[in-house]
Amino acid sequence: MNAELQPSTMAPHRPSRSPGAEAEASALPPARELESAVEATDFSFWYGSNQALDSISLTVPARKVTALIGPSGCGKSTFLRSINRMNDLIPGIRHEGDITLHGDSVYRNDRDVVQLRKSVGMVFQKSNPFPKSIYQNVAYGPKVNRLVRGRAEMDELVERSLRRAALWDEVKDRLDSSALGLSGGQQQRLCIARALAVSPEVILMDEPASALDPVATQKIEELIYELKHEYTILIVTHNMQQAARVSDYTAFFYMGRLIEMGRTQQLFTNPHEEQTEAYITGRFG
Amino acid sequence: MANPADGGLMARLLPSRSKGNVQDQFYRLALLLFGVSIPLLFLFIVLRIGTEAWPAMEAFGWGFITGTEWNPVLREFGALPFIFGTVVSSVLALMIALPLSVGLAIFLTELAPRWLAAPIAFATELLAAIPSVVYGLWGIFVLVPWLRFTIQEPLSRHFGDVIPIFEGPAYGFSMMAGAVILSIMIIPFISAVTREVLTAVPRDQREAALALGATRWEMTWQVALPYALPGIIGGAILGLGRALGETMAITMVIGNRPDIAASLFAPGYTMASVLANEFAEATGALYLSALMEIALILFGITIVVNIFAQLLVWRVAKRGGR
Ligand SMILES: Nc1ncnc2c1ncn2[C@@H]1O[C@H](COP(=O)(O)OP(=O)(O)OP(=O)(O)O)[C@@H](O)[C@H]1O
Ligand SMILES: [Mg+2]
Repeated sequence: MNAELQPSTMAPHRPSRSPGAEAEASALPPARELESAVEATDFSFWYGSNQALDSISLTVPARKVTALIGPSGCGKSTFLRSINRMNDLIPGIRHEGDITLHGDSVYRNDRDVVQLRKSVGMVFQKSNPFPKSIYQNVAYGPKVNRLVRGRAEMDELVERSLRRAALWDEVKDRLDSSALGLSGGQQQRLCIARALAVSPEVILMDEPASALDPVATQKIEELIYELKHEYTILIVTHNMQQAARVSDYTAFFYMGRLIEMGRTQQLFTNPHEEQTEAYITGRFG
Repeated sequence: MANPADGGLMARLLPSRSKGNVQDQFYRLALLLFGVSIPLLFLFIVLRIGTEAWPAMEAFGWGFITGTEWNPVLREFGALPFIFGTVVSSVLALMIALPLSVGLAIFLTELAPRWLAAPIAFATELLAAIPSVVYGLWGIFVLVPWLRFTIQEPLSRHFGDVIPIFEGPAYGFSMMAGAVILSIMIIPFISAVTREVLTAVPRDQREAALALGATRWEMTWQVALPYALPGIIGGAILGLGRALGETMAITMVIGNRPDIAASLFAPGYTMASVLANEFAEATGALYLSALMEIALILFGITIVVNIFAQLLVWRVAKRGGR
């Protein structure tokens, strides 16, 4: 990448290149030993008669970045969308087993799905801002969840969310113009800001950078690196380098099964399973 | 801009100079003729009606539009009662039909299970296939008596003295009956368009709202409906346009009396109705010309409504940033 292309606001280091990050990574304990945010137990999922997930048991540690990798159609998105019950909209679905958020079942009968989705934010593959102003996009979540009182408080929350999504400086003078006038990368960061505005604990990201150019992708990756101090992040990616760069833990899915999960560094350098190795070395997938 | 897609309107419209493909040239020429013939036809109609209406315009001037007396025998030609009847009945019809249609469309696309939605949608669409005259007959034998005895008489008795739109005797045949029958006739159009635009709201927009903790209700009202708004406005105007021009059914129930009354229970008369009723029997050049001028006004109103609608749709679309 050309050095002149990089805006000056960009941090001088990329996460994986910083010596601090490497040291931190090698010091990571196995995921099961950490406080867990999301935990799946023997979770299986069907679209009609088509089984998409088969007995997934997986611990997502709190305030870490966990990457889901695996070939197309292996169930990564399905798993992600099972956590905030986004799949509920699809007719004919069925599941077995359970997923918990801080030990509390996501699927128990009296679960308030609205509340659940407030605690589990989601960023989609294609940025999907509302055709409204930048301000209104960020304010939407707080508004429907009645999180703030009055304009001043909302202004403050919008600014804070946009700052956290590293977008504030670029949009502060045009908050009232349409979000659709932003670039693809800016739109995606706006969607992240929008998700942050309702103060979720977990953020699910389904290939958040797959439609973006390298510069915009790098910004998103840096943002993820910043956000993990406060949020639990679960990210689906097709880009192995990206998984290696941004995540602390990586889970490898294959044909609806969880093949292996471990510290990212270990999984990429020394996978336990042959299938994992075949996938990350590019022998299939 | 050097965009090959719009590389010169002329280049695309005119037959290409490459001699290679005669068939292609012929094809383009034929399409060009079809394309041009529509504006020409439009122009021809306006000109023709305009010439026919000219004697009346010369004779009455603006008095034609502001005049409230219509008495062909005394050669009094004031068209305001018809303009009033057409505009009021259509606007009332839209006010009744729009909420019902949008509600129906929301129910069908967002709430109803498929086994229920499909037959209801089909039945609604069938409404559009019923001939106008059949609506009229149903209006005479079912709607008008029902309105008269169940709605108008009690309202007139209790509120007639205080609320002008409910005053006077309940005839049944009235502005209200006209508006109601028009509204039933335009519901299929508005609800079909609304249903279509609601289904076309991208899934990612709905998911964005739900993922932020919106309920389905909030998602529908705050995200899906605003997204679909330009289309819904388009549908509403389509319905209004149809109501303005509708002739047979409303002629059969509105009472056909050229009066301007505040009461919804009083009979009225529309432009389309007077044309249908009096054209065949119009005697004398001036009488005919006066009817032609009414046709011209009706035509003008429909065009203004459609232009206004288009502007509205553009504005809403622009505000949304689309
Ligand atoms: N709405 C749906 N209805 C029926 N089957 C579906 C639906 N969504 C996904 N599936 C099926 O479930 C399986 C898993 O799909 P999923 O989208 O979770 O894969 P993925 O790992 O996210 O793939 P990709 O990397 O291509 O996004 C696939 O076989 C897919 O065809
Ligand atoms: Mg996917």
